[in-house]
Amino acid sequence: MLNVDYALLFSVSLILRYGVSLWPYSGEGKPPMHGDYEAQRHWQEITINLPLDQWYNHTQDNDLLYWGLDYPPLTAYHSYLVGQVAHRVNSSFTELHQSRGIESPDHKLFMRLSVIVADLLILFPAIRFFCGSSLSATALLLAIYPGLILIDHGHFQYNGISLGLFVISVAAVIRNCDVLGSIAFCLALNYKQMELYHALPFFFYLLGKCLHQPSFLRKISKLFVIGVSVIGTFVAVWLPFFLAGPYTTLQVVRRIFPVDRGLYEDKVANFWCTIDIIFKLKQNLDTSQIGLLCIAATLLLSLPSNLHVLRYPTPRNFVMSLLNTSLVFFLFSFHVHEKTILLVAIPAILATSVLDKKSAFQRYWLPWFLILTVFSMVPLLVKDGLLLPTIASTVFFCIMYGNLDQMVSTSSSPLNERMSSPLPVEPNSFWIQLLGFSQVVSLCGACLLTLLHEVYPPPARYPYLWPTLICAYSSLHFLLFLLAFHVIQFSSGVTVSYSKKKL
Amino acid sequence: MLIAGFLALACVKLLYLPSYKSTDFEVHRNWLAITSSLGVQSWYHEATSQWTLDYPPFFAWFEFALSKVAVHFDPEMLVIKNLGYSSDKTILFQRLSVIVTDFVFAVGAWTCMKNMHNLKSVQARGPSRDAAIYTLLLTNAGLFMVDHIHFQYNGFLFGFLLLSIGAMMQEQYLLGSLWFCVLLNLKHIYMYIAPAYFIFLLRAYCFNNSAFSITRLVKLGSLVILTFVVSFGPFVNQIPQVISRLFPFKRGLCHAYWAPNFWAVYNLVDKALTIIGKKFGGDMIKIPTATDLNGTQASMTGGLVQDIEHIVLPSVPPLATFIITFLFMVPCLIKLWRRPNSVNFMRSLTLCGWSSFLFGWHVHEKAVLIMILPMTLLAVISRKEAKYFLLLAITGHFSLFPLLYPHQELYTKMFLHIAWAFLAVKMLKKVHKCDLLTLAEKIYLLASVIIFIYSEFIHFYLPPNLAKYEFLPLLAYSAYSALGVISTYVSPDRKR
Repeated sequence: MLNVDYALLFSVSLILRYGVSLWPYSGEGKPPMHGDYEAQRHWQEITINLPLDQWYNHTQDNDLLYWGLDYPPLTAYHSYLVGQVAHRVNSSFTELHQSRGIESPDHKLFMRLSVIVADLLILFPAIRFFCGSSLSATALLLAIYPGLILIDHGHFQYNGISLGLFVISVAAVIRNCDVLGSIAFCLALNYKQMELYHALPFFFYLLGKCLHQPSFLRKISKLFVIGVSVIGTFVAVWLPFFLAGPYTTLQVVRRIFPVDRGLYEDKVANFWCTIDIIFKLKQNLDTSQIGLLCIAATLLLSLPSNLHVLRYPTPRNFVMSLLNTSLVFFLFSFHVHEKTILLVAIPAILATSVLDKKSAFQRYWLPWFLILTVFSMVPLLVKDGLLLPTIASTVFFCIMYGNLDQMVSTSSSPLNERMSSPLPVEPNSFWIQLLGFSQVVSLCGACLLTLLHEVYPPPARYPYLWPTLICAYSSLHFLLFLLAFHVIQFSSGVTVSYSKKKL
Repeated sequence: MLIAGFLALACVKLLYLPSYKSTDFEVHRNWLAITSSLGVQSWYHEATSQWTLDYPPFFAWFEFALSKVAVHFDPEMLVIKNLGYSSDKTILFQRLSVIVTDFVFAVGAWTCMKNMHNLKSVQARGPSRDAAIYTLLLTNAGLFMVDHIHFQYNGFLFGFLLLSIGAMMQEQYLLGSLWFCVLLNLKHIYMYIAPAYFIFLLRAYCFNNSAFSITRLVKLGSLVILTFVVSFGPFVNQIPQVISRLFPFKRGLCHAYWAPNFWAVYNLVDKALTIIGKKFGGDMIKIPTATDLNGTQASMTGGLVQDIEHIVLPSVPPLATFIITFLFMVPCLIKLWRRPNSVNFMRSLTLCGWSSFLFGWHVHEKAVLIMILPMTLLAVISRKEAKYFLLLAITGHFSLFPLLYPHQELYTKMFLHIAWAFLAVKMLKKVHKCDLLTLAEKIYLLASVIIFIYSEFIHFYLPPNLAKYEFLPLLAYSAYSALGVISTYVSPDRKR
């Protein structure tokens, strides 16, 4: 029968999502280029009006300089589907050339609903699949995490699809449905190439599981099966482009991995951007040297957590490695957007399912980290006119987080009727107290910076003072978190893999 | 938990700031302007805008106090001539004022929750009951829709009602009466539940241990009179004008959007009989066409306010509605007299509200809240009351849907309604430890989905000759909801 707990959780999540939808989207009222919203609309226009072999190519009808497609084919197919619906609802939404920059309440409602539908079809089922039949903290946090809501339903993107597929793949792989997991992850990767941030842990975990198989034959056959499913998925997704010819296929690759772009755009809470304040990288090194530096740093720093997973392939290590690897990629790789922090936040939330709920991670590190991820995106969100929903959704999140036990235990037995535990509670150790204290101070600092950013105009000499400070503040914290999360991952030592919850 | 719950809800309300706002927004902006720009002697005479001041004096003072803060947001909203002024800062201020004043409601809900512990006749106990009362009151979807989207201050007003009930639970009769008198002077529609107060106070307070106490009567009387004197004092020279503003009887039997009450069904039956009569009786019966009625384009159900003339069934004058309303209140008032405890008081209060909703003159569909909110307190007392509460509340909130008519709000109201319905079912199930609704009742509630899909979607795609019956969606909502509201009304009576 209907699971009332999940129905309630998802309807509350929908209330939050729809509420944020009412606010402006990126580039609203800002011709000629507008923003991500217009980009998505434009892709609908391109995919339904032009043949497939022109989607990624610069042609007379498809000006790549005006929001050319730069995501893998699954995004293109999705745009095609949404575009078909859009065309039937109101053909002016996707009129070739004519519909550029179209802005109307009806169109906005349509676009916003398309994101909600995507969440309903992919993200919510993914949450349910991951968390099982009884509501857990993981499910609650995934459903109300403000970062994802603000970017998808405010700024306007479809991260719910790629992250939903990612969650499904993690759930499947943990449950030893490796083929399903691999397929789901490949699909996620083919929706947004940024999912590469998660690729290494998947590779090493699956490899590790293969190597732990009892016999050589088993090892090889497992490897083979996974390999086939990965290749099969890629072929299935890319087939139309293979058929259109090598040039078209290569063009897609060129669009997805634009190696000629700079180290970063705008201000990002990234290591290089922060270093740049003191040591001007772009002036002292050329592009290929910078590229090499990024790759080297990223791969080197990802090695520890991934080798750990290879040696001890347990769900706990896998999820922690996902968190650590994606954070390393965020901090040290090339051309990072502030929105990519979502790729780190989601594994962090998933980690609640493999770590003890009374651990320092869930009580201190995680909420601290998640709030800072939202904070790091404040300059972007303010630019979109989303400051109020940011504050509202984040405060709501904090209150819910603070009362997590009450929320989640309501679905359990009457034993939970007692409000306080009968066991004596140990007083917090010095380090825990220090941690709590630092958390509070740090968050006050974040609030202060947000306030200053809003209220106090920067001096003329440093027009980007506040965004830069916000990014530097965030990236320093992220470096601290990187250290802490690595310590947590390695502190488990060798643990046996435990079976996951029932579906 | 008081602050955390209030703050969490405030965040959600803040997200819905850019929603549709009804003419009530302009009404209140106008009142801010009137009370801040003019002297007290002109408040009830000012008529530049059609939205004249028609709430009692305390509310006018409330608007006056708000205007002192408003001036820091956007002084232009306080200019009377700026009809329809709604700058971003104005919207921010007005919406924030509703969110902030909801704190009174939170305190009221908290008080009732705490004071319930003292009631001996209450079955269910434990933290789940407390959580249910506080949460279901605070998150009430109907209140959210009417206050924070449509725009009104009902949360603020109901806060006083809850404070009053809370005081009565503690047997602090004078305090309870004070809160109620303040409430009456804020919005006089609460007069409808005054009979319950009258009987309860007379029996429980004035008859101290079965002996009539003159001192208590005098104390109570002076308190009431004092409150009214403080309220109407500054307007002592303009009492007739104030009264005429407060009680405008030119309005019709039914409000624009039919509240799902008895008269809506009455009108429906009348219309049906007329159509049947015309078919069989030929030209004997003349049906007023749309243009007959004062030359306006609207029909009875089109959505405008006007006097309704009934054709087949007898016309209903205002006095008749009062008498009928009062008659239906009598049974619960008698029961209250016989056993004057707090629980019966709450029951009478709810039932008085119910009678006035079903049989009153020019009832707004928003008045459904006057039944739903007090009944939230009763829902934790017994399983039967929990069941009636679920049926009433879910149907009642559904009947508010036509209020939020723009396309954008379709999803708002849907999500709010569904979420609250699930929350209510879950929390009450936890309190009473059993499934509360029968299969038939669940089917009835699910039937609302059909009405919803029809009214919001299918109706627009009908062929032109059917689409002219633009009243059909409203009619469907009203009829369906009336069925729910009336049948649940009849049921509690049966157990007497």
